[in-house]
Amino acid sequence: MKITLKVWRQKNGKDSGRFETYQLNHVSEDMSFLEMFDVLNEQLITENKEPVAFDHDCREGICGMCSMYINGRAHGPWEGTTTCQLHMRAFNDGDTIVVEPWRSAAFPVLKDLMVDRSAFDRIMAVGGFVSVNTGNAVDANSTLIPKEDADNAFSAAACIGCGACVATCKNSSAMLFVSAKVSQLALLPQGQVERKDRVRKMVAQMDAEGFGSCTNTGACEAECPKGISIANIARMNREYLGAAILPGN
Amino acid sequence: MTSPRLDAKIPGGNISEKWTQYKSTVALVNPANKRKLEIIVVGSGLAGSSAAATLAELGYKVKVFCFQDSARRAHSIAAQGGINAAKNYQNDGDSTYRLFYDTIKGGDYRAREANVHRLAEVSASIIDQCVAQGVPFAREYGGLLSNRSFGGTQVQRTFYAAGQTGQQLLLGAYSALMRQVGYGTVKMYARHEMLEVVTVDGKARGIIARNLVTGELERHFGHAVLLCTGGYGNVFFLSTNAMGSNVTAAWKAHKKGAFFGNPCFTQIHPTCIPVSGDHQSKLTLMSESLRNDGRIWVPKKAGDTRKPIDIPEDERDYYLERRYPAFGNLVPRDVASRAAKERCDAGFGVGASKMAVYLDYASAIERYGKVEANKQNLVNPDKATIIKLGKGIVAEKYGNLFEMYAKITGENPYETPMRIYPAVHYTMGGLWVDYNLMTTVEGLYALGEANFSDHGANRLGASALMQGLADGYFVIPYTIGAYLAKEIHTNPISLDHPAFTEAEQRVKGIIEKLINIKGNKSVDHFHKALGKIMWDQCGMARNAEGLKWAISEIRKLREEFWKDVRIPGGAMEVNPELEKACRVADFLELGELMCIDALNRNESCGGHFREEYQTEEGEALRDDDNFAYVAAWEFHEGYEWSLHKEDLVFENIKLTQRSYK
Repeated sequence: MKITLKVWRQKNGKDSGRFETYQLNHVSEDMSFLEMFDVLNEQLITENKEPVAFDHDCREGICGMCSMYINGRAHGPWEGTTTCQLHMRAFNDGDTIVVEPWRSAAFPVLKDLMVDRSAFDRIMAVGGFVSVNTGNAVDANSTLIPKEDADNAFSAAACIGCGACVATCKNSSAMLFVSAKVSQLALLPQGQVERKDRVRKMVAQMDAEGFGSCTNTGACEAECPKGISIANIARMNREYLGAAILPGN
Repeated sequence: MTSPRLDAKIPGGNISEKWTQYKSTVALVNPANKRKLEIIVVGSGLAGSSAAATLAELGYKVKVFCFQDSARRAHSIAAQGGINAAKNYQNDGDSTYRLFYDTIKGGDYRAREANVHRLAEVSASIIDQCVAQGVPFAREYGGLLSNRSFGGTQVQRTFYAAGQTGQQLLLGAYSALMRQVGYGTVKMYARHEMLEVVTVDGKARGIIARNLVTGELERHFGHAVLLCTGGYGNVFFLSTNAMGSNVTAAWKAHKKGAFFGNPCFTQIHPTCIPVSGDHQSKLTLMSESLRNDGRIWVPKKAGDTRKPIDIPEDERDYYLERRYPAFGNLVPRDVASRAAKERCDAGFGVGASKMAVYLDYASAIERYGKVEANKQNLVNPDKATIIKLGKGIVAEKYGNLFEMYAKITGENPYETPMRIYPAVHYTMGGLWVDYNLMTTVEGLYALGEANFSDHGANRLGASALMQGLADGYFVIPYTIGAYLAKEIHTNPISLDHPAFTEAEQRVKGIIEKLINIKGNKSVDHFHKALGKIMWDQCGMARNAEGLKWAISEIRKLREEFWKDVRIPGGAMEVNPELEKACRVADFLELGELMCIDALNRNESCGGHFREEYQTEEGEALRDDDNFAYVAAWEFHEGYEWSLHKEDLVFENIKLTQRSYK
């Protein structure tokens, strides 16, 4: 396949950035999208140009590090798929593909397609946990958890923290990410003790990081590579309201 | 005779009492002193995150470094199938002793008994800890935890969260870590890569790390340094490891005096998606859990080009079931991998490359469909209904894996058997450590996959997660006290100390040298060339002649790399090519040592298969009289290594030929 790429190039956080156009003449449909970028970079190195910087690591769709905005969609055209799992058979010979970084004030660009998502870590650090020190645990089977609750908690916990929800949302809201963690722990007995405190703190930190508010467009759910449900946002709103009205942890 | 430099410090007493006894007598550090002691943790996977969180809970001052943009991205996240624990929740005869025995046997009798027994002992506590953190393990309808089987065992002791167990366990450890970051007891340094260990008077006292965003070199002091930096499978270029997984931290430690244990012990995982072309950047694992229900076969006729569904049952060779009736498709990984290679080399492989075998779910789908039809009270359901119900059950158990396969290959594994082939997955070798997990450099520890200790010559499935978390949550918090109790009078060493200056200069020198080569070939060019040499000569089958050839080829390649590599961009900016170059430079040295180790070990054991040493049936032929030892290599300037041996003493398990027939 022949592919034309329009890629966002930005030297660093201070540079204003621009699109550059590249031509690739031998793209196989068996390549993953990132392998196509490997080929582009190999070509750029040969031409003595600087390769495109992009985040990636596991290339199995689970680490959440890859983050390209492809033809106006976070992680590209395939549903439920991260950029690293997107394959070139999704495109046609002669296509032009536009690739940008995640765009959000809370995710500043570091270089080219790499952004800083440390805001997510700071949200987790204020409450995305159960306060149990190592060695304090009781026997694992002493707490019965209905399969349905465990399954729902797992579905929320499957979030990979990639930030596609933020990149997709017109308000740059991080509600899907935050609500996934709030929901996971609210659904489980282990999370009950700190339930109210957790949602208050995580929401406050989310706001402090400069993420926007949710206006229920549902774009985050549609583009989430792991199918995290927008029902989590509804649950977080209930949790938050409850925590605002009722005293205690 | 064990080398005097390799005192494993194994406590005395009966095997089942060593750890209990040790815990009760090991030196303690009082809370006021803990606050003054600083610990550096490199790597934020299961071992690193769990160690850092637990040490911070105890009161130590901790710094954590990872090259990814967040601690949550470490490659432990990609582990699929599960984590073993001797809980015996299934009442199927499991016990600490059985887990101990299975692991020693699975490792082909090349692991240290005392470490493995401790691992089996603490395994149950890991599950308790993870559940308490809110890790959503799979459960039965009664609300109890669910288990499944993995290779090399005959009990169900594997706990899991769909095909994403590593993710859920890592997010649990990460949440514990982030809690400490929030409390200010851990300082997190993401997008930082450790490039040197700093030693003062023979003790590890800090590291030099490169800030991957600004390019600056930073000096960090610690009373102790913990390397939790994973394995070195990427020396093969193609592996199931993440793109960034590397040996650099361990290798720098090695060059500073830490002996490297059993470097040639590599795990080749039997069920991965085959290579599709030269563009391939990594390989993807299909979880071992798929061998619970899937059947592996090739056509009985060599070169059969029919579609798999057109090949009738009696013309298929279910070779694992044929060769190993007792364990069938659930033989350990090394055995399954070699058997696949044997069939493909003999001309029975399938797919375009002929380097693949089938992993077939047709009979599992039908079996599950019938059970489900019964559950739903359907009388005489037709075949289509059964298949439909069966696909639903299989999707529930393995859905994410099947989807991943479909995306990568473009084929639907519910309709046609998956094509699989072995791929590099894990490295049992690593830095030599004693019972305390300390390397041969005082104050320098190695945890998880980065050390050599628990898996011998072959790791059983669902044991890597167990070991990473055991080391981090339950071992190092005790054993580090033995060292730090003596360090309470050591004040923080100034970052202007000559040892820091010298270490930083060395790193700076390497980076400048790399950038100034301005050669003609990319880093990947050299990495791929190295990977091919390693895979062909030091992969699933090795022989003396090939290994000698590989050693000389690697030396040539290394020389060429230092003359002709091209790294665009500068040192003081985000520069992924420079990061890769630093890692590949180390792989080019490690590769040679792996071949030297493989050449030295004149026997076959576990994943190390020397063609000269096999039974008449083609099984690995061990030589316990001459090779029941850990090969720990010491580095000398000029790429010379000397061998130190730690004799493996088996007081509790009798050495026999491993049989899964």
